[in-house]
Amino acid sequence: MITDSVTLLVIFVLAAFVGYEVISKVPSILHTPLMSGSNAIHGIILAGAMVVAGYAHGTLQTILAAVAVFLATGNIVGGAVVTDRMLGMFKGRQPGRPGGGAAKEGGAEKAGADKAAGR
Amino acid sequence: MNSYLAVSVSPHTFTWLYLLAAVFFILALKALSSPKQARYGMWIGIVGMVIAAAITWVAQKASHDWVIAVAFVAGAVVAVPAARFIQMTAIPQMVAIFNGVGGGAAATVTTVEFLHDGASGIGPSHAVEVIFGVAIGCISFSGSMLAFAKLQGIMTGTPITYRGQQFANGIVLVVVVGASVATVADPRDIWLLITALAALAVGVGIVLPIGGADTPVLISLLNAFTGLAVAADGFALDNLVLIVAGTLVGASGSLLTKLMSDAMGRSLPNILFAAVGSTVTAGAGPGAGGERSYRSGDPTDVATLLAYSHRVMMVPGYGLAVAQAQQTIVELAKALEARGVRVTYGIHPVAGRMPGHMNVLLAEANVPYEELEEMEQANGELPTTDVALVVGANDVVNPAARDAPSSPIYGMPILNVDQAEHVVFLKRSMRPGFSGVENDLFYDPKTVMLFGDAKDSLAKLVSAVKAA
Repeated sequence: MITDSVTLLVIFVLAAFVGYEVISKVPSILHTPLMSGSNAIHGIILAGAMVVAGYAHGTLQTILAAVAVFLATGNIVGGAVVTDRMLGMFKGRQPGRPGGGAAKEGGAEKAGADKAAGR
Repeated sequence: MNSYLAVSVSPHTFTWLYLLAAVFFILALKALSSPKQARYGMWIGIVGMVIAAAITWVAQKASHDWVIAVAFVAGAVVAVPAARFIQMTAIPQMVAIFNGVGGGAAATVTTVEFLHDGASGIGPSHAVEVIFGVAIGCISFSGSMLAFAKLQGIMTGTPITYRGQQFANGIVLVVVVGASVATVADPRDIWLLITALAALAVGVGIVLPIGGADTPVLISLLNAFTGLAVAADGFALDNLVLIVAGTLVGASGSLLTKLMSDAMGRSLPNILFAAVGSTVTAGAGPGAGGERSYRSGDPTDVATLLAYSHRVMMVPGYGLAVAQAQQTIVELAKALEARGVRVTYGIHPVAGRMPGHMNVLLAEANVPYEELEEMEQANGELPTTDVALVVGANDVVNPAARDAPSSPIYGMPILNVDQAEHVVFLKRSMRPGFSGVENDLFYDPKTVMLFGDAKDSLAKLVSAVKAA
């Protein structure tokens, strides 16, 4: 493991820049999934919770560590499920998609018209 | 500093796998650049989390395995049904609570670290890392829980202010800093406890005075806090994956906070502290000049106008989400599309209760994402649009933000609906919007006002369009 604090600081700074670059390319239409997805990602504190649970000493530390694992799992699992559900709702115009009826056909025609108009 | 990890996994393997997980997190976020790949991206992220969690589990000193397993299963059992069945309108409070839970976990992890190392004496630099994890985690936890309570309607969503609020918040902040310094100088449990309690109070203090329309900023900010708390934990535990993941989230939350405050045309301090200590700026603008005439239409008139247009842009705002009318506006769009009208949705960044919330609500109502237009794109199309139908939005379409330097909302980016040929406002009354600023567009000859509950009015429009 890397335990040198200077190296960790370098990683921190680089990660901040990478994060900024990657996230500034997310369109505003996906900002809610971005937030709930990044929410799930910080649930990785679960790894930290497991580490401290591993060396927790005595009742108080063990209880606190268990609480941390519980909370982190809720964060990670809940965040991932909600984000996946949400992203499943973002659908493009797909002419062949089942369900919808007349409005769907309208959408398909519009897609064709848009293509013709060079959009 | 801490090498409590068992040696059954070589340190190199460990670092490699953590690096792999970190790369997966970055790829997951990168995939969110397009709605097409976004869902696969989430799964890449999940694989990353499984790798990181599994390797940690394997490598951690083999004690308390059962405790971890039971707590893990319990967490999953509670979270999955909650996440499965939550309504999309309730996403902001769901994000708030998961965010708070993450902050709480971060604070608890560093607390255990402190208690454990405290016995053998904790060095100053290590103590600083621990304090950051505890303090930011606690702020995020209490702030998010309060935000959850506000959004869920457990408590009032209106700003809560009292005399001397700024002073009280200042005192609490001083206590956090003081107790933190004391903890570093003299690492005793009591100092850490005081730091944690005062940090919890800071979280409450930040969220209390923030009102419903400002929640997009608030949620972004709390998200950034939890990310930073996790990164601080990464430093405290010398854990690479926590640092990378926490920092990514911190960057994401910070960027969204900035985007949201820009979209409101206000600075972050202004949003956080505006309600505190300010006498409410009275809505009665001097420019009103007594009674002004406006055109009020009935659903049949408006439906005719819509049905015989070529291009209609729906402009949904916070009020649409409040009225739960997203399904109805989509019905109206579909009725119009069936008549050959081209319908798009112009979406302001702060429409809804969190960044991008309106897009999710409309996606849930089966609007293809190609029809959801961001502000810039929508503004490009508005001059050639026949009718802009504004539902439950006001400030975000107020031309004063663009044209009147004296206006309090001047500088806030808006959707230029005044450039469309006709504008229809669905509103309850002539009351100005959240900012209390009068909207001159209401009195423009090209504007028609349709009064009533948004959902109700939209339903009437649907049947009128079908009959037209």
